[in-house]
Amino acid sequence: MNDNNKHAMQVSALCNGTVIDHIPADKLFAVVNLLDIPSMSNNVTIGYNLESKKLGKKGLIKIADRFFSDDEVSKISVVAPNVVLNTIRDYKVVEKRELRMPDELHNIIKCNNLNCITNNEPMATHFTVSNREEGTLKCRYCEKELNINDAELL
Amino acid sequence: MKSKSFVSINDLSREKILSLLETAEKFEKNPNSKILDGRVVGSLFFEPSTRTRLSFETAANRLGARVIGFSDAATSSASKGETLKDTIMMVSSYADVIVMRHRLEGAARYASEVSPVPVINAGDGANQHPSQTMLDLYSIKKTQGTLEGLNIHLVGDLKYGRTVHSLLHAMRHFNPTFHFIAPEELHMPEEYRIFCRENNIPFTETTEFSEDVIASADIIYMTRVQRERFSDLMEYEKVKNCYRLTNSMLAGTKENLRILHPLPRVNEIAHDVDENPKAYYFQQAQNGLYVREALICDVLDINI
Repeated sequence: MNDNNKHAMQVSALCNGTVIDHIPADKLFAVVNLLDIPSMSNNVTIGYNLESKKLGKKGLIKIADRFFSDDEVSKISVVAPNVVLNTIRDYKVVEKRELRMPDELHNIIKCNNLNCITNNEPMATHFTVSNREEGTLKCRYCEKELNINDAELL
Repeated sequence: MKSKSFVSINDLSREKILSLLETAEKFEKNPNSKILDGRVVGSLFFEPSTRTRLSFETAANRLGARVIGFSDAATSSASKGETLKDTIMMVSSYADVIVMRHRLEGAARYASEVSPVPVINAGDGANQHPSQTMLDLYSIKKTQGTLEGLNIHLVGDLKYGRTVHSLLHAMRHFNPTFHFIAPEELHMPEEYRIFCRENNIPFTETTEFSEDVIASADIIYMTRVQRERFSDLMEYEKVKNCYRLTNSMLAGTKENLRILHPLPRVNEIAHDVDENPKAYYFQQAQNGLYVREALICDVLDINI
């Protein structure tokens, strides 16, 4: 039995839309807020503390009739790395994407340095990944590093 | 086409550093010319820095350029709430190159992105002061004949001193050995120790500043231990005179040793050191002029 069938057993099947899977359980509500799900009128199923071989406990979000842009997707990868995004059309998974944090983050997170120009001018932030394993990012402007776990989304 | 700017020492390759130093050497032999005749240099000091400003403006003047600008944000439209971008756009329509100092970190990088003319970073907060690093490198090369394989002793405030951090970065190309001499509260931050390990730069660390510690030095780079950096004033009182270089300490040092300091000096170098031929900090400041002449010409693509 593959993964998709398992989900289908735990929560109802989706005709068209997106299934965000393999969200670490403790990041589930961060992702919910990031996607602004409370203000959505779509049919949404949220699974919390579901069993997962990979993660122990995981979260899952199914959103009917909603597909995500690259921009929204890269934001998810900042909050919860390695989640899987399934695009469903006519009950079938037509695309499966494992979200990886991009090498460069344009205007996604805030710089933690209050003396950074990005916190003082109307401008976009820009970070590059300096150490992926440790989750270290470097601000293009003030050249200070921050850890992804300390990052605040814009 | 994006103009060429000079923003961070970390952007420069070994070759670029050496070629800029070579150009600076030519300016030392012949500091006055008319190669910038008809050009205008915008000197934007959003934060006062008399020493750096005079050095850049002298460099521009000695090459025949004219200088416009301000020496304090209070006298610029920034005080009226204008964005940095707007100020830069306005000045870049008048000037051929912008030299800027700003209290915010990353200001020069941002200015270089929005400006159609080249931007030279004359200091952005605690981040970078790359022309200072270039003049430090110039002084080291000039006094030692090379940048390769030197014993460099960094003394004083190694935690907040951006000049020592930039020097560390720039020297990675030249196989140095570093010696960090600082009080516990102001020791070299972990990220720079990691940087040394990643770049195979050997280093030692000590809190003791003594004759023995400096006996092997080719360069001693002194910095100021500032009272406001200490959370515990008792601690400051304890260490403030421990990182003070006196003439008697230099007796057993190497012949080629030279003492550098980014200035201003307060009491970390005793005045009796000034007469010692190993004292180099005043010439070091003068070298800034030649280096800045080289930088202005480089960003304007003028070959010397």
